[in-house]
Amino acid sequence: MFESLSDKLQGVFKRLRGKGTLSADDVDVALREVRLALLEADVNFKVVKDFVARVKERAVGEHILEGLNPAQQVVKVVHEEMIRLLGGEEAQAARLQMAPRPPTVLMLCGLQGAGKTTLAGKLAVHLRKQGRNPLLAACDVQRPAAIKQLQVVGEQVQTPVFTIPNADPVRIAREAVAWAQANGGDVVILDTAGRLHVDDALMRELKQVKEATQPSDILLVLDAMTGQDAVNVARDFDEAVGVGGFVLTKIDGDARGGAAISIRSVVGKPIKFLGVGEKMDALELFHPDRMAGRILGMGDVLSLIEKAESALDEKSALEMEKKLRAGKFDFEDYLEQIQQMRRLGPLDQILKMLPGFAGNKALADLQIDDRIISQREAIIRSMTKKERRDPTLLNGSRRKRIATGSGTTVQEVNRLLTEYDQMRGMMRKMMAGDMPAMGPMAGAGRGAAAKSKKNKKGKGGGGGGGGRFRLPFGR
Amino acid sequence: MLKRGLFKNLFQRVDQLVTGRGRIDETLFDDFEEALLAADLNVHTTDRVLQDLRGLVRDERLPDVQAVRERLAQSLTELLGDPEDTKLKRSPTPPTLYLMVGVNGVGKTTTLGKMAFIEKQMGRKVLLAAGDTFRAAAADQLGLWAERSGAEFVRHREGSDPAAVVYDALQAARARAVDLVLVDTAGRLHTRSNLMDELKKINRVAERELGRKPDEVLLALDATTGQNAIRQAKEFVDAVGVTGIALAKFDGTARGGIVLTIKDELGIPVKMVGIGEKPEDIRRFNPREFVDFLLASD
Ligand SMILES: Nc1nc2c(ncn2[C@@H]2O[C@H](COP(=O)(O)OP(=O)(O)OP(=O)(O)O)[C@@H](O)[C@H]2O)c(=O)[nH]1
Ligand SMILES: Nc1nc2c(ncn2[C@@H]2O[C@H](COP(=O)(O)OP(=O)(O)OP(=O)(O)O)[C@@H](O)[C@H]2O)c(=O)[nH]1
Ligand SMILES: [Mg+2]
Ligand SMILES: [Mg+2]
Repeated sequence: MFESLSDKLQGVFKRLRGKGTLSADDVDVALREVRLALLEADVNFKVVKDFVARVKERAVGEHILEGLNPAQQVVKVVHEEMIRLLGGEEAQAARLQMAPRPPTVLMLCGLQGAGKTTLAGKLAVHLRKQGRNPLLAACDVQRPAAIKQLQVVGEQVQTPVFTIPNADPVRIAREAVAWAQANGGDVVILDTAGRLHVDDALMRELKQVKEATQPSDILLVLDAMTGQDAVNVARDFDEAVGVGGFVLTKIDGDARGGAAISIRSVVGKPIKFLGVGEKMDALELFHPDRMAGRILGMGDVLSLIEKAESALDEKSALEMEKKLRAGKFDFEDYLEQIQQMRRLGPLDQILKMLPGFAGNKALADLQIDDRIISQREAIIRSMTKKERRDPTLLNGSRRKRIATGSGTTVQEVNRLLTEYDQMRGMMRKMMAGDMPAMGPMAGAGRGAAAKSKKNKKGKGGGGGGGGRFRLPFGR
Repeated sequence: MLKRGLFKNLFQRVDQLVTGRGRIDETLFDDFEEALLAADLNVHTTDRVLQDLRGLVRDERLPDVQAVRERLAQSLTELLGDPEDTKLKRSPTPPTLYLMVGVNGVGKTTTLGKMAFIEKQMGRKVLLAAGDTFRAAAADQLGLWAERSGAEFVRHREGSDPAAVVYDALQAARARAVDLVLVDTAGRLHTRSNLMDELKKINRVAERELGRKPDEVLLALDATTGQNAIRQAKEFVDAVGVTGIALAKFDGTARGGIVLTIKDELGIPVKMVGIGEKPEDIRRFNPREFVDFLLASD
């Protein structure tokens, strides 16, 4: 429907590149496209205005002095400014604020249907993984079957759900905290009803819940598809209850998520998590650099190269090759591969950054699931060092232990082991020259970490990787 | 159409800007542009509409700012199509069937609940079919709406095949002489092709059992959604042939301007507007009122 923004920008930047020097006019031309890209990404128009002005100020001047490729400089400035706005280079994710003495109270709030109840369940999983003992409090007495929904979620994540029939939200919240205190719960997650930021009565209620329970963190849950209005929502909720951070949900779709920029500029609070699916493990930490790339939707080849270079440094690659040749690739090495890939950012985003891939239709259809990689990582981390070095040790009871430790199932552990075997077989063949060597990207889109569009229904089912394993970033 | 009790400080920004100014100049167009962008209109639609407006100012010799504003409102209203488009189709052979689709959390279930309520009040026999067998307590939610409205209700166990729910719903509808079958579906992102396939199957079963396409396939959109709504519309149109849009949560401060682009590019009209969470909080879409609200700003 639209010309791909990244194509458009690349076109503009190519024109700039041809000239060699960067005049104010050149910057203007580029920034006109940037402005369009940001508006298409749902960044609030006022925020866009400020942003473009700031970039212009920086781009003209500074970069002529450097004498570098002007087009690259504009890309860089845009990207850097955006990362800065989103919370800085440091990917050290903003943490949940916990109370010095338990129980910690976390209050979730937001517009209707944003994903609060789902997030409550995801947070329970997240906290349990950290060894905490959460309690879910059903404070939505508004929406039909809201309490039932939280109860079903609570069952799914094996976390108790507190509620009182026919009570008001303030009382439910207060007594939930008391119940947690009495029963050894150390975190209480308050699921509140969806409400409009301009609904005075319900906003007052939210304040009362806050006053009654003194949450140490208040998360505003916002749909990543939100348009221009995100600024108003963020501002009003923050003014009413003092938001501690944001959670952007439904980021697993193809919304650019420009609302992230909008809310960051209006309310300078961190984005703490991303909701990346309907299932209870579909929660990720927020990374400003990844988000910036997504919002710009631009084939930032330069930053890809930079990142790729730093991540896959020559030495470790050589070592890896030696191991491959000797057929000694074990789970320690596997883990290292995963970590290297991590440093590059989400796989599908990386692929889309490569020249020629930006407008690739097949790629747009492809879903690469970061969660599967995370799951694998969790499984490997639950192995002992000895097991990682010698996977033949992994008998039934060890597998069971690993499944429990990683929050997965024995089937999932088995699947990883099968793939590992296949992979080793494949490598041996490769090294023996039976197969054409794979290019750096070969199979990255189709291997263990990717689910092709045509795969069977994944919802509800385990979301297993399926298919043959390929080295995520083979050399 | 609109009930806006919740609003404070609502003043007509564009109107104010119009009365406070005499000359038709570029800043007027800048202000219009801001108003339209702030309403989530797509940039390209905005550019085109304003380009046309410049031409009209010249060709029609619009005398003053007030006239320009009125002309803009007219163009936007025209863009939204004939008011006749907003009517929901009825089948001469009952039961009439509407299928509700859309991404997660936009207001599908609630909109159907309200529709059931209104239709019952008008004396029709309605059946709600719980085609969302996935989300936690989704069927319970719809069941409460059935209770509220006095509609018949068909549900299956969580995790079962939604197409089978549709099949059963139509059997029950025929047995109980139901006029209108309203089918809820699980929220799904348009990017999940496996889930879109599931939706196609639901649609197919409905078509097979009805002997015709569903009388309406309604795409629920959240009025706070920005540009992504276009992609949603496109994918759902491709998958199940959407016939109309149900714009929910229009009682907030978001303007829902993206429906203009959707009408413009895909030809899908808005049919209904949700303005709250109560049973009666639903209206037929009225293009001119929508535009007036769109141009009114904080
Ligand atoms: N794809 C996707 N769907 C999500 C995500 N988070 C929530 N959902 C879905 O969005 C819909 C709404 O989620 P809820 O958790 O019920 O939202 P809520 O904010 O509690 O809604 P109200 O209580 O009605 O205000 C459900 O269909 C969820 O499954 C996410 O990160 N990705
Ligand atoms: N203010 C307001 N809230 C609405 C409106 N329509 C729906 N809601 C609320 O939005 C939330 C989500 O509505 P649902 O009907 O559950 O949405 P859905 O599309 O069925 O959600 P999923 O089935 O989870 O995908 C609920 O809290 C509803 O009460 C509306 O017109 N105005
Ligand atoms: Mg909820
Ligand atoms: Mg629903």
